[in-house]
Amino acid sequence: MTNAKPVGTATVDVDTPRAIDPGLPVADRVFRGGARAVGLLVLAIMASIGVFMFSESGIAFDEFGWSFFTEHRWALETNQLGVLSLLVGTVTVAAVAIAIAVPFALTTALFITEYAPLRARRTLIALVDLMAAVPSVVYGLVGLILFQPYLADIARWIHDFFGWIAILDVPGADPDTTNWNNTAHQYTSSAFIAGVAVALMVMPVCAAVMREVFSQAPAGEREAALALGGTRWGVIRSVVLPFGRSGIVGGTMLGLGRALGETIAIALIIVPAFDVKLRILENGTITIASQIILRFGESSPLQLSALMFAGLVLFVFTLIVNTIAAAVVSRSRSGAATEI
Amino acid sequence: MHSNESSGTADDPSPAPAAGTATAVLPEVPDVTAVQPKAEAPDALGAKLEADRVSAWFGDHKVLERVSLTMEPGSVTALIGPSGCGKSTFLRILNRMHELVPSAALAGEVRLDGTDIYAPGQRVTETRRRIGMVFQKPNPFPAMSIDENVTAGLKLTGGRRRRDERQELVERCLTKAGLWREVKDRLSQPGSSLSGGQQQRLCIARSLAVQPDVLLMDEPCSALDPTSTRRIEETIAELRNEVTIVIVTHNMQQAARVSQYCAFFLAEEGSPGSVVEQADTETMFGSPSDPRTSDYIHGRFG
Repeated sequence: MTNAKPVGTATVDVDTPRAIDPGLPVADRVFRGGARAVGLLVLAIMASIGVFMFSESGIAFDEFGWSFFTEHRWALETNQLGVLSLLVGTVTVAAVAIAIAVPFALTTALFITEYAPLRARRTLIALVDLMAAVPSVVYGLVGLILFQPYLADIARWIHDFFGWIAILDVPGADPDTTNWNNTAHQYTSSAFIAGVAVALMVMPVCAAVMREVFSQAPAGEREAALALGGTRWGVIRSVVLPFGRSGIVGGTMLGLGRALGETIAIALIIVPAFDVKLRILENGTITIASQIILRFGESSPLQLSALMFAGLVLFVFTLIVNTIAAAVVSRSRSGAATEI
Repeated sequence: MHSNESSGTADDPSPAPAAGTATAVLPEVPDVTAVQPKAEAPDALGAKLEADRVSAWFGDHKVLERVSLTMEPGSVTALIGPSGCGKSTFLRILNRMHELVPSAALAGEVRLDGTDIYAPGQRVTETRRRIGMVFQKPNPFPAMSIDENVTAGLKLTGGRRRRDERQELVERCLTKAGLWREVKDRLSQPGSSLSGGQQQRLCIARSLAVQPDVLLMDEPCSALDPTSTRRIEETIAELRNEVTIVIVTHNMQQAARVSQYCAFFLAEEGSPGSVVEQADTETMFGSPSDPRTSDYIHGRFG
């Protein structure tokens, strides 16, 4: 770059890198500037959200310090506020949602790309995308009014047979009771039922990402598998799934991001309970986002600040999850196809 | 490097460089597959493949017109002709890859040892196992290692092998494809780490591992450099003693070098592709009976 020579004294005997003028056309310069500005704007918005929440949570941090992370109560009268039970509840509900949504999304995506006839394919894609367009409050209502009675039955059945697994236990409830009407409420408003509702809204998002990646599995490799005498399932196993690994991870993480932040559907279904527990079938749980929506309107300045603090925790947690996912996705071959 | 490679195959004890040694390898073929007993005598050189008045369409567009061609066992049949004359379509009809295109249709029969592969009740997966295919662009499975690539067809067709049998199969197939000496010390590396020519030979080894009776090759060398091309041609010459080979090529010299039988496809303006002339290679290149064939093989068009 430094040894720009005058024309004529050619670089015959100088074996060092020459200066090369990239000569970017004006149109490219303008576009590059514009794209750069928008990209920086996104970063600036993210940063300002973080800064805003950080400053808003200052009062709470001054009051509680690090014990905010170890306190599970949210006692309004005594102002003993902590994020522990909220965080545990958030992760629990999201985990239930992902555990239910991902197998459905995976099989849906595989069916659409590998098995469905061409015409049915378009209809199915439209339907699944439509599922993603339904507002989450609708899923909340459907989960609460339509599904909850049945899900409570299922919860009892799971408790009956798998209650010996700690997370599927419901202490104090007798699954074999004859008086079901008096016992049913012990199985309602649980992390499990909230998780099912969230799974409904997460599934189409996961399926869309997976479908997109699966459909890009190289045609040459598909044909190779078929020409060897493979079945469609053989093609899926040897070509589509290895290629689509990043799509599966990417879709799951995108869904997880949504599940962690889901607010209104969970708020409709759950009954707040601030004990730290992983028993997903038991009545009552709480998540960060639903606690914010339930408490926001009637909080003292300190409580409001505590809610902001909780929101900041969720913000950072989601950011970490997505960063890990992006790292996993970018390492694989189909990674370029997914954006998370 | 090249002379080293070609002499290497010759003094390697296990491969089948010439017709004489190839027959010695043949008897062990049945106990490796044991899936599909061959219809003919055990010393058969592949299977006979007959296309009988095959026509093909994509939607309303007819691309092939009544092609009849017999591909004899123990020989290499070359399909030549300009681009867009239906050679590749014809090749894909021979192992039922044609029907993967949603709008594709066909008429006529393709008989493998006398049985129509399109007859009701014929299992398409079994047909494709018996009639293997090597594609224009090398397509090893990138997520699999070299030896897993070779045995991929076994998994796909549900064949189970003991570990030592599998290793032996990997060595035998890679040797037949002329790749063993180059990769024997790095079988666990991914198939995509090989050069283009090596990848193509890996694909040939992969096709051979499921014991096909026929091997279809769709311009297998068009993406390769001359050295790799020559290696593939040597492989073809060795393989024709155990599988019937059908090769599509744009390279006249290649067709003349590797094939015993030749079919010239041509699609004249506005009409579907058809076989203008078919004959043994010597006649085809020495004294073609149709002036259009003569023009094409002498490079006057196409």
